[in-house]
Amino acid sequence: MPNLLRFHGGVHPHDDEKPRTRGLPIETAAAPATAVLPLLQHIGAPSKPVVKKGDQVLRGQAVAEAGGFVSVPVHSPVSGKVADVGKCLHPLGMSVDAVVIENDGRDASVPGFGEPVDASSLDAKAIRDRIRDAGICGMGGAGFPTHVKLSPPADKPVDTLVVNGAECEPALSADHRLMLEHAEGVASGVRLLQRALARDGRLPKTFLAVEENKPDAAAAMRSACSKLSVDCEVVELPVRYPQGAEKQLIYALTGRKVPPQSERGLPMDVSVVVQNVGTAFAVHEALERGKPLVERVLTVAGDAVGRAANVRARIGTPIAELLAARDVSPGPTRLVLGGPMMGLAQFTDELPVMKTTSGVLVERREEEEPDRFGPCIRCARCVEACPMQLVPTRLSVLAEAGLFDAMAEWGVVDCIECGCCAYVCPARRPIVHQVKLGKWMLGQAQKKAAAAAAAKGGAS
Amino acid sequence: MRVVRVSPHRSEGESIPLIMWTVVLALLPAFAVGLYVFGWRAAYVTVLSAASCVGWEALIQKLRGVRVTVADGSAVVSGVLLAFVLPASVSWYVPVVGAFVAMGIAKQAFGGLGANFFNPALVARVFLQFAFPSQVNMPEWPIVAPQVTGLARLAKSVAPGSPDAVTSATPLAVLKANPGAAWEAIPGSQPFGPPLAWLLPAGAAWAVFALLVAFAAAGIYLEATRGKRLAAVAGVGALLLFGVVPTGDISFGLVPGCIGETSAWALLLGGLALVYYRCINWRLPLAYIVTVAVLASVLPTRAGDGSLVVGFSFERTLVHVFGGGLFLGAFFMITDMVTSPLTSKGQVAFGVIAGVMAALIRLYAGYPEGVCYSILLANATRPLVDRLTMPTVFGSRRRAAPARPAG
Repeated sequence: MPNLLRFHGGVHPHDDEKPRTRGLPIETAAAPATAVLPLLQHIGAPSKPVVKKGDQVLRGQAVAEAGGFVSVPVHSPVSGKVADVGKCLHPLGMSVDAVVIENDGRDASVPGFGEPVDASSLDAKAIRDRIRDAGICGMGGAGFPTHVKLSPPADKPVDTLVVNGAECEPALSADHRLMLEHAEGVASGVRLLQRALARDGRLPKTFLAVEENKPDAAAAMRSACSKLSVDCEVVELPVRYPQGAEKQLIYALTGRKVPPQSERGLPMDVSVVVQNVGTAFAVHEALERGKPLVERVLTVAGDAVGRAANVRARIGTPIAELLAARDVSPGPTRLVLGGPMMGLAQFTDELPVMKTTSGVLVERREEEEPDRFGPCIRCARCVEACPMQLVPTRLSVLAEAGLFDAMAEWGVVDCIECGCCAYVCPARRPIVHQVKLGKWMLGQAQKKAAAAAAAKGGAS
Repeated sequence: MRVVRVSPHRSEGESIPLIMWTVVLALLPAFAVGLYVFGWRAAYVTVLSAASCVGWEALIQKLRGVRVTVADGSAVVSGVLLAFVLPASVSWYVPVVGAFVAMGIAKQAFGGLGANFFNPALVARVFLQFAFPSQVNMPEWPIVAPQVTGLARLAKSVAPGSPDAVTSATPLAVLKANPGAAWEAIPGSQPFGPPLAWLLPAGAAWAVFALLVAFAAAGIYLEATRGKRLAAVAGVGALLLFGVVPTGDISFGLVPGCIGETSAWALLLGGLALVYYRCINWRLPLAYIVTVAVLASVLPTRAGDGSLVVGFSFERTLVHVFGGGLFLGAFFMITDMVTSPLTSKGQVAFGVIAGVMAALIRLYAGYPEGVCYSILLANATRPLVDRLTMPTVFGSRRRAAPARPAG
């Protein structure tokens, strides 16, 4: 057992949903009539379509290829005809390229789909290549291509792998159920990740982190790891949001501090790679079951959802279709993709389940009056709660005054947007909103400056 | 219909009105004691002061053309605190004028709630001290005569000339006039000893005291390891209330002084509630009280005959800690969120600065009481303390603040 450290700040969000969802076994959601596959479900370059309208595709067939090193392909979750190669809405609010496939209902799959494969002879490079070819990216929410994380540069050797099963977001139980019901699959995926990171034949020291509120998942993972002789230490961490945030998790387990965003800090700077348990399972499915990433487990919950569930849904399933089976009550609601603390609220359910969709929440909300928040009373609760040790009150006040340059000096880019500050704020100030605005304004200013510099350079 | 908001989609449920009205409730024990000690005029001055603060703030917000926010309770808190630092014998216009200074000059002129640099109630108190010195800063202060007991005291008046009032110097003024005074010479100093010593025979009292210490230590341990705040507050609270604070009139509050400042016991009770509900940070009162206690007991003073009194004096410390307005300042004034620093480190420094100021004023300056000025002076250091104690960004060596002061 490592000597667990306590990261600064954090909160204990009240959570009526997790007790309701943690006991629900994973069920399989109906395949969609039409699968909508955005070509930007990961962080990096968009995927490039390799099919055109009218093509017949098989389940598991690549419909788009990686658009660069930091990119992954996209596979069809159903068999059928390509109805369109066009645009669709992205949860971040923009429009992105997408491939739309009409399901013929036959589920005709590519050869070997779902059949056991022996991956024990693959070397590190082969494992990475296959992970990329299966379209796997971080399934905790950020969606960073997994093979890139598994390819540390020579000057940043990795000695520790952290498998993240903390699932500190309220309401969500998908990772919990996955570890419980597919412990051996996850353990097997962990071993593949270890092998991909092996240096001179030595596997990295491996921790699998869960929060203390999932003792059953920890026990299941311990027995699976010992059964498959995977050298992985299952660690139970205190329940405290954001225990599962990469930097805070690494600190709790190893005492190493990843430099913040403004210093371009990455876990590999402290010789650590973090992978979500869902990612580990996807790696197992891809390399040992011949299934590229075409489905994922996610939690459907919220007080407006009559029948909450953990479901295995095909990627590309429209949220509307997913919710149709879940007895959602009418009336004004807030639809959130992800968890209650960091998830993105959506104005429409005409969005597909993506590789990064860990949850779909529908919560009752009154038709709220337009934003009316109080003045900052300097109560300092946000300062106490901030796990990045920033001064959220200052960022909030500066954003309100439109002083975005000053926000940069107060470390706005280092904010991980975990929402602890806004959660505790008695004045109900939309601090995360203001931080996002500040980051965006600074980005725009930088772009403008770069364009101006380029124009000047061109003229001379 | 979809309601769209930026995350987080949960809130702890705290609000500014909740905090402010909790503070008002926490002031009730001290108010009850004030009512008992000073009669009905304590309620008269308090209600008048609170109502004036609400009225002035509403009027000024109307004139400024901004939303009227008096329902948030912050004006009521300032009004009650202003009354608590005034004698119960003041004329009606004293709190009314004070309320205007607090709301109009100290608060709204700076931009309203959250934007003021100085504690509004204390600014008003300083103004009144100079505007109405004969009413606010007297050599002898009235209380309802001790012969009157029970609810009958509520019907009595402490207005100047009232037959029911007796006047005397405050404990701190007695000590100021004669720093070498024996404990017995201090008004309200008897009976001596904490409730335990008073209620139980010596042997049993020490045993219970040891139990209380263990209870408090266990509470602090549970808070540190499991976040059981109630255990810590209850443990430390029981130890302080029954084993530390003396029972004499001086700490129960039956001594001359301002309406809300005389009862250390009642103020501690309210303060503990505020710590439990996280309306105040315990570091501020602790740093402040400990600093005053240590300095008051070790700094040399001059005795009545002019000779220098050097060395530790436990009795002098008791008068300084329990005999004046220290507890009111420590739990309800210095803890004002708006005018105190943001970080834990800064809050400790802030408490120490105010404590040093209070001790120096009380021991060496012209006034017997230094709480009011010490907090205002500390308020002035707050931006500097904040700047010097900004946190370091997690994973970096860089401060989460610009190197030079920002607007």
